[in-house]
Amino acid sequence: MKTRHTKPLQQLGVASSSASTLANQKRRQFLRNFGGAALALGSGLPLFATTDGVAWAQAPAPAAGAAIDTPYNNLLVLIELKGANDGLNTVVPFRDPAYRSLRPRVSLEHDSLIALSEREALHPSLKPLMSMWEANELAIVQGLGYPNPNLSHFRSIEIWDTASRSEEYLDAGWLARTFAQFPAPRGFAADGAVIGSNDMGPLSGQGARTIALADTAQFLRTAKLAQAGEDRRNRALRHILGVESEIVHAANKLNTNYQFKTVFPSNNFGNQVRTAAQLVASRAGIGVIRLSLSGFDTHANQLGTHANLLRDLADGVTALKSALQELGRWDRSLVVTYAEFGRRPKENQSNGTDHGTANVHFALGGRVKGGIYGEPPRLNQLDGNGNLPFAVDFRSLYSTIISDWWGQDATKILNGRFGTLPILRA
Amino acid sequence: MKRLAWIEEHPIGIARSLATGLITATVMALALPLSASAKPTTPLTTEDARHLLNRSGFAASEAEIQAFKGLTRAQAAEQILLTAREVAVSNPPAWTKEPILPASKLRDMTREEREAELRLNAERAFDLREWWFREMLITPSPITEKMTLFWHNHFATSQQKVRYTKLMYDQHVLLRKYALGNFGVMLHQMARDPAMLIYLDNANSRREQPNENFAREVMELFTLGEGNYTEQDIKQMARAFTGWSIDRETGEFMFRRGIHDTGEKVIFGKRANFEGDQALDLLLKRPETAQFITRKLWKEWISPVPDEAEVNRLAAIYRDSGYNTAKLMRAMLSSDAFYAPENRATLIKSPVEFVVGTLKQFEIEPRNLRPFVLASALLGQNVFSPPNVKGWPGGEAWINSASLLGRKQFVDRIFSAEDRMEAMMNALDEMAVRSGTPPPPGRAARQQRNVERAMNAMKWDLDGWASRFNDGKGLEGAAGLATVVLAMPPREMPRGNAPADWVRALVADPAYQLK
Repeated sequence: MKTRHTKPLQQLGVASSSASTLANQKRRQFLRNFGGAALALGSGLPLFATTDGVAWAQAPAPAAGAAIDTPYNNLLVLIELKGANDGLNTVVPFRDPAYRSLRPRVSLEHDSLIALSEREALHPSLKPLMSMWEANELAIVQGLGYPNPNLSHFRSIEIWDTASRSEEYLDAGWLARTFAQFPAPRGFAADGAVIGSNDMGPLSGQGARTIALADTAQFLRTAKLAQAGEDRRNRALRHILGVESEIVHAANKLNTNYQFKTVFPSNNFGNQVRTAAQLVASRAGIGVIRLSLSGFDTHANQLGTHANLLRDLADGVTALKSALQELGRWDRSLVVTYAEFGRRPKENQSNGTDHGTANVHFALGGRVKGGIYGEPPRLNQLDGNGNLPFAVDFRSLYSTIISDWWGQDATKILNGRFGTLPILRA
Repeated sequence: MKRLAWIEEHPIGIARSLATGLITATVMALALPLSASAKPTTPLTTEDARHLLNRSGFAASEAEIQAFKGLTRAQAAEQILLTAREVAVSNPPAWTKEPILPASKLRDMTREEREAELRLNAERAFDLREWWFREMLITPSPITEKMTLFWHNHFATSQQKVRYTKLMYDQHVLLRKYALGNFGVMLHQMARDPAMLIYLDNANSRREQPNENFAREVMELFTLGEGNYTEQDIKQMARAFTGWSIDRETGEFMFRRGIHDTGEKVIFGKRANFEGDQALDLLLKRPETAQFITRKLWKEWISPVPDEAEVNRLAAIYRDSGYNTAKLMRAMLSSDAFYAPENRATLIKSPVEFVVGTLKQFEIEPRNLRPFVLASALLGQNVFSPPNVKGWPGGEAWINSASLLGRKQFVDRIFSAEDRMEAMMNALDEMAVRSGTPPPPGRAARQQRNVERAMNAMKWDLDGWASRFNDGKGLEGAAGLATVVLAMPPREMPRGNAPADWVRALVADPAYQLK
């Protein structure tokens, strides 16, 4: 029977309350030292984790992140817009008369839109992103898709996650393949972290060391129950023990010592962003963080639901930028949205939209070259299903990440050559 | 209820499968006492019996295992299938008998009243989950619960979209009724099930603008599987289901002739004025349907990687029986593949199996099951709210770093010697925080009180339970305990003399995650 650790956790509580009488700055320092130490002791982790925790907390934030030199110091944050975001009501072709004729009830009011150009305007809920647009840190890629589009959520997200062709079935996600071919340093806490979701998406399958978590502190408290080990008796057992080993490895490197000035939105997505920021603040080494925002499958009564979702997205991304700036990591972070497909241009009878094809996505970051890329939606050239033709293969976006953000050869990972998008500054 | 086209077309098939079932049952019942000589098969060992009972039910006790030891495979499968039920043993919550709130009333309600109604339905969904968990614990037919869960995952429908929890209950009654019954009939009924019509948007599908959601999923997920139909088939099939709707006042199925498309459709290259039921019959005629369902059952009951030749053999039995699910299960549960050593302990328990199995195995009898419903939800399986129409992905996807830690924490708290109640509550709190879905105001406190009451009411004595492995009768010692509790030997056999410590060590072993 392992030792139980309820008491040290209580001590942590005591430490923080008795510290509350100290001046703010001292209190913060105290928490960093003793909170970290108590937590690490309480969690039964090896002592070096404790000293590391304190050392990280006391050291001034190094500008370029972790000490290990690796391309994965360039952080990738993926945000999956689950259910398929309606691109046409996100970046609106507001001057195209077809937009309103296809959507008499599900189009956005002209006056509410935020114009970006002669042709494109943003959904009003995305107003918080305007500061990034004005700072030239927001790239908008229109017309992302792939040939022979599949309209099933599951199949199409599988295509996006595995970067396969429409009729091709691959086992591992594109990021799992990336890490398999170009491993992150062993010293990294994990290759990838999936926050607030049970599916590993592009990190699924063999190849990547991935942790899934919803909350850092909770992860650390429970990680003590995991034990690294090996057992080759069958595949299920190997999987379980592999996950245990990844937990132990990651827990040795993560902490929640950093006190953010950034205020995170108090909703599910805001909590995910906070957790992501804590992982980065641990300076433990993580190449990819995947967040997800659910509810975009707006078949009925779309307008209100969609406005709320985009507001959550914009608020979350704004907090993420603020937190990464605090940590000095914004210039080495790339935030990218994706989804299984877009939605059909013509509205349905339920004041909603059905499954579509080509879609628009965002890339944000300190090194992003702001602007509008790809091709505007060709609303006059819909296919037999009433869906948009795509203009930019989604694998070009991945190719850009692998070769321009990480400096690796994307050919083998993507099983072919795809051009890159000029969305990054040198 | 309108008689079903499929039955009308297949009266012989149905009668035959019913008759076969009855005759087999009778023959087996008569044959049981002498069958050891009637069928020269190797009798089940303790491990075989455990394997069968745990795959077909939840965490069998030593007594149940001993009762099956020595039966032939066919007898054992028959014994299990004889328990099959069409209705639950326990009474459902009283509100399941009340009509739904009519749409006309809903329209006149204020925003606050509507929100209260939503909360009421969310609360009722918890009642329903607790009721089902209770049924899983007390049922004389665990296989009925396992199959109902299987079909719930197959025809995945979520309360979060349907909203009317009463309609979720009605669908559950349907799933339960046909759990081991006729799949063809179930499919036809499911196509007009109000919760399904809402969930896949068919309730609003009209001639001018057919909604393709149901037509797509009925082929991709319910019958044929991906790759066995075209986008054109989906569009045409969607037309056949236009007007299949619900009466918003009563929540019952309603065929709206005025918005139904009676025109000619081309499905799988056949041209006719297909109606919805005929479209479903086209799906039932295709061999892919039986294969698709057999393959899915295989992954849930036999091993993660189906043997295609064996799948085809079993699927043929299924199709020839007119989709008699009991018959398919009988064949699966007595197959060599089912008992093959290489397929033992290869499946990962679902959260429901893990949580309900733990309660059942250790004879923990909480008066209130809500904390356990919540625990299962936080481990990734919230019944009546699958993540999407594809259901829970299952298998290795059940285990990632978050869910594995949640499972370890769950057993750690239950089996810890000290502060068990308090620690359990803290753990559940943590899990609730982790789920990232804070309950609406008031509910958190109410839930907290529920949890407290449940924990205080939990009459359970680990030492007493474990002492049976140290009483000189039946299975004995840590090894005897492991035989009951684990699907394969532990990585390390617990040492020492305290049976309660053996339990703590074995539930922490990774093999405890397997079935």
